[in-house]
Amino acid sequence: MPAPTLTDTAAALCAVLIFLVPCAAAGLALINTGLGRSRSAAHLMMSSLCVLSIAALVYIVCGFAWQGFIGGPSHSVSLAGKSWNWIAAEPFFLRHQPLEGSPASLAALLGMFSVGLAALIPLGSGADRWRLGACCISTALLAGWTYPLFAHWAWGGGWLEQLGTNYGLGQGFVDAGGASTVQAVGGLTALSIAWILGARHGKYTHDGMPSAIPGHNGVLVLFGCLLALVGWLGLNSAGAILFSGAQPGSVVQVAINTTLSAAVAGLMAAAITQARYGKPDASLTANGWIGGLAASSAGCAFVKPEAAAAIGLAAGVLVTVSVEWFELRMSVDDPGGSISAHAMGGLWGVLSVGLFADIPVRALEAPGGPSGGHPGQWLAQLVGIATLIGFVLPLTYGLNWVLDRVYPQRVDAEGERQGMDLYELGAGAYPEFITHSDEFIER
Amino acid sequence: MKILGFLLLLAGWAIVIAAVALLVMEVPRAAFVLAGVGVEIVGLVLVIRAHPVQRGEHE
Repeated sequence: MPAPTLTDTAAALCAVLIFLVPCAAAGLALINTGLGRSRSAAHLMMSSLCVLSIAALVYIVCGFAWQGFIGGPSHSVSLAGKSWNWIAAEPFFLRHQPLEGSPASLAALLGMFSVGLAALIPLGSGADRWRLGACCISTALLAGWTYPLFAHWAWGGGWLEQLGTNYGLGQGFVDAGGASTVQAVGGLTALSIAWILGARHGKYTHDGMPSAIPGHNGVLVLFGCLLALVGWLGLNSAGAILFSGAQPGSVVQVAINTTLSAAVAGLMAAAITQARYGKPDASLTANGWIGGLAASSAGCAFVKPEAAAAIGLAAGVLVTVSVEWFELRMSVDDPGGSISAHAMGGLWGVLSVGLFADIPVRALEAPGGPSGGHPGQWLAQLVGIATLIGFVLPLTYGLNWVLDRVYPQRVDAEGERQGMDLYELGAGAYPEFITHSDEFIER
Repeated sequence: MKILGFLLLLAGWAIVIAAVALLVMEVPRAAFVLAGVGVEIVGLVLVIRAHPVQRGEHE
């Protein structure tokens, strides 16, 4: 597969769009914090900062070397006469990689931010009980191995991306904005973490019924949703240009589709909770909004606005239902709703490309080429989903299980009772709100 | 049961890969990919059923 080229204008536009992506990280950090307990709020923000730092460092040291970019050096195996490109072979630490706005350097920059985004997702499911040291090591595993491997397959000219040219499955696996590489990989890691850590103390009664532990700050959660939209606009637009050959002008379509999907998903979640509980639920509406954003990512450059709305509608229903399903039926304690919003939303987004997308022949290879439905596209998307569930989930679970054996990831019972802030940081997020008993003693 | 579930997840993925690599005709290829996904779903159910028991050990 030839290396794509970008004009100077397209490269500059791409760089500006990539600079918006940290807003998505800020949004997710606020959402995770707001949906957790107040006694672990500072710990969650501290964890978010550490996770972003470690993800960026590890990704630049070795992650991008294994992710690579289309047309770069890579390792392949031959299977039934066809070449299966399974891992990149770039040098570590971006050596020999000119950082001057080439598509590969922009992909490295986008990767550095998006791997941080993926690493923030498990923080939501492990909130209130995941040790700071453990989440840092787990992030290193994600940023150094799991994420780059799948990102190479989907974005770096790997075998998933080549399913079209090698086996005639549509245009190959298509994921413009990271519904699989970022959202589903992060969401499935969140599921692994929730399983390994177990539920928070007091979440389930002895007969297995869940009790509500509401988030401590709805304002943080809803402001996080608005920030996340800005970041997603950058992520989807830059990803579409860099990895799916979308023309720079398509950023308008990407922005409309991304916003529509999130809006309809959020409204759907609000409507469902209004119908079921008599009042719209803010946390589920936020989960629906994020689920809509995650679902929009895969096909944002290739679907019509009405299809984007339909994708968002289905995402809103799926996320709202699955939050309850994970909690009630699967006994998974996911305080941030990360698994439903990111894994379920992302997987649905990947599948929706096969159902709704109208993908042009890759514009970077043949600008202005014909477009239309492609037989086998749904099968390429299904192979991607099968890879996420059948390979990425066991891989990320296995890595975190081994880590848990070597370095227990869950805080001990006393730490959970005190709150992560006091136990691991030595100070709370809201010290002025603590009522000290000696304030009421007569002097 | 958990290990069996994860083995089924990997086996399902292997069926999907084999179907894509070895089969040329559209219908059998799609059928085998769907069968592989089916095996993955069975594996996922086993993994899910294995975990609530473990949750109790934490409490």
